[in-house]
Amino acid sequence: METNSRSQASLKLLIVDDSNIIRRRIERSQQIARLEVVGSAGNGREAIDLFRRTQPDVVTMDLTMPEMDGIACVEQLVAINPKVLILVVSALADKATAVEAIEKGANGFLCKPFTDRQLNDALEELLTET
Amino acid sequence: MLKEAEIRTFIDGATNYFETSVQQAASVGSPYLVIDGKPGSYEYTGIINISGARKGVVYFTARRAMLMVLLMRMHETDSSEETIKDLVGEVANTISGNARRDFGKNFLISVPTVIANEPDKVTAPHSRSYVIPINWRTHSAKLVVCLE
Repeated sequence: METNSRSQASLKLLIVDDSNIIRRRIERSQQIARLEVVGSAGNGREAIDLFRRTQPDVVTMDLTMPEMDGIACVEQLVAINPKVLILVVSALADKATAVEAIEKGANGFLCKPFTDRQLNDALEELLTET
Repeated sequence: MLKEAEIRTFIDGATNYFETSVQQAASVGSPYLVIDGKPGSYEYTGIINISGARKGVVYFTARRAMLMVLLMRMHETDSSEETIKDLVGEVANTISGNARRDFGKNFLISVPTVIANEPDKVTAPHSRSYVIPINWRTHSAKLVVCLE
């Protein structure tokens, strides 16, 4: 699903999660003025298609998804654009998974469940530290 | 067979879900063991199949009223059937995924399967299941853990 916005944001955000509730929650909760949501995808394949079409600067990425999981998707997105910033947002709470995601090219990891503040802090951190 | 510490992992996962997602604590009743293979369910059930180092299922089951209130607390305005099913699956997914903090990476979780309005179709793969009763506001739900 491609989203249009009239905001003056300078960075484009793509949201990837198989849960509609989580996609809408991230869209509603993220309050970083310079981020504009350009689309949301429900699985890895859809995400790659939208990524090529919308060329986002930032991606929030779930890991457990049908069709193509988040780790495989991270790898492919980084291959397309090595400069993309990826925040993994996943319930998988073990350290090994977080390390694997970072090794494949993700820049941050936020564990579900999350509060609005935790989401915004994680996105801010991603934008300032990378 | 689950150890006490392993049951604690799921209790913590359930309480953390409510505290964080809707900033309203849930209380957890004493977990109990069901040995007839029928741990029971409510109207909506989100089921996660577990494979890898452990095998079985983890499911979260609740009534429509509870899920509707949870959606409202999340500021979600869409309360369609699809959204309610999405929510019950997401709760099961989140609690099961969080369990990997203690069970490790080889505790493999599936994407959620949701059964709605057909509680008789919700079955446990083994005879022994642990039921964790969850009370939130005036609502009751269950987290069922059935692992080899």
